[in-house]
Amino acid sequence: MSSTVRLSVNGQAVDVPVGASVAAAMAQVSLHFRRSVGGTSRAPLCGMGVCFECRVRIDGVAHVRACMTPVREGMQVQSHD
Amino acid sequence: MTELYDVLVVGAGPAGLAAAQAAAGQGARVGLIDAQARPGGQVWRHDVRRAAPRAAREAIAHLHGVEWLAQHSVIAAEASALRVETPQGSNLLAYGSLILATGARELLLPFPGWTLPGVTGAGGLQALTKQGWPVAGKRVVIAGSGPLLLAAAATLRAHGARLQGIYEQASTATVHAFARQLLHWPARAVQALGLRARLFGVPYHFGSFVRHAHGDTALQVVEIETPNGTQTIDCDLLAAGYGLVPNVELASALGCSLTYPGAHPQVQVDAFLRTGVANVYAAGEACGIGGLAVARLEGTIAGHMATGNTEAATALLPQRNQARRFGDLLTKHFALDPRLRKLADQQTLICRCEDVTLGELDAFSDARAAKLATRCGMGACQGRICGTALAELGRFPRSGSRPPLFPARLATLAGAATFPSSDDEYRGSRS
Repeated sequence: MSSTVRLSVNGQAVDVPVGASVAAAMAQVSLHFRRSVGGTSRAPLCGMGVCFECRVRIDGVAHVRACMTPVREGMQVQSHD
Repeated sequence: MTELYDVLVVGAGPAGLAAAQAAAGQGARVGLIDAQARPGGQVWRHDVRRAAPRAAREAIAHLHGVEWLAQHSVIAAEASALRVETPQGSNLLAYGSLILATGARELLLPFPGWTLPGVTGAGGLQALTKQGWPVAGKRVVIAGSGPLLLAAAATLRAHGARLQGIYEQASTATVHAFARQLLHWPARAVQALGLRARLFGVPYHFGSFVRHAHGDTALQVVEIETPNGTQTIDCDLLAAGYGLVPNVELASALGCSLTYPGAHPQVQVDAFLRTGVANVYAAGEACGIGGLAVARLEGTIAGHMATGNTEAATALLPQRNQARRFGDLLTKHFALDPRLRKLADQQTLICRCEDVTLGELDAFSDARAAKLATRCGMGACQGRICGTALAELGRFPRSGSRPPLFPARLATLAGAATFPSSDDEYRGSRS
């Protein structure tokens, strides 16, 4: 059994350990997770599901907290622009 | 669909794990829910690359007869039941007794540059690192206050981060006074010495705090105020946390009384951890920051109480009361320097969800008026970050929270058991 999971982050293939969060996978590609209402880049702050700064699109569903979502093989992750 | 539990435990950190184990030991049907995918809470958070501490492994392994309900977020309190949302759908969990082990979150204070990617909480970066966040070779500054800084630093170092220093806001004199007090707490002293050994060679500065973070699209430099003047340090990540605040949103929604020992609320309980609401107990950090030992003892006490085993609960009270004194010690020695409340300037964003600056809030003296006029606190975090920060800054207390306790899908609120497949339309964000 493979100990890593491959997923797609902004169209780029990323390998992360089994059980890693989408936030961890995202960080391998970019620290831009979402754009704030004022237009600035944002990335995780709290790491535990409280601040909602890590929201990304996962398999077509918008505004999912990356830090609360474990990776799955083949997942499609997109930052919010 | 409704499930009925004799005892439902909310939160699978040390307190919740202990509560579930104690209640299940009496033969009750016990449900243990947590918003996270794995049990352990924050202090025992699963690390994707490293083994968990033995106590955590044992607590998780001892959940015989407990139904573990992962990725269950509580959205609303109903009559003797909680409405929960999972990645798959929603559910109503009814209970005979409820134990709130909702733990704490970090106190995150605004300063210029705190919204830059690369600036996180201290426990925040520790949590992200355990999730597999790439820190190996990264230059990391740790700052803020309290023993959590050392724990976060140790995790980061173990994962290969290049620690540029730990900056504790408390003065050298008060940290030394705290260290002397540890002589009365042998287990804590051993733990502290262990952490210091794992951090050998990492500078630990006192009376110092980050006043400004700089960078174009991500963090590049931090400015640190020290007793000897201002220093600038190049870094990739800044982990800054100023202590912990109890998570009381669910307790509040249930009608439990809260108390305010300082700027932030905690759940009020009696000696037997009963809240004012019948059959609802609270344990651990939610009742006031006390640390791991308190959480485990109170969890066990609450588990016994919820299953009518008052005798077993009573036997643990002296130990619990003793353990609580450590929390008092932390509060006293790691009290925040008043200068930390002055770091944000007029242009600093306070509400990160709605991008509201401190200057825009000057005209308001209560959270509701500020919210109506500026949208401060109306974003996805529901004021958990800005409301707590504004309370700490002495502006105004956070306004009472309303259901849903977390942003939820409309289908959850409608009480549907499963979500339609194309649920983006229901979130109003199809594009």
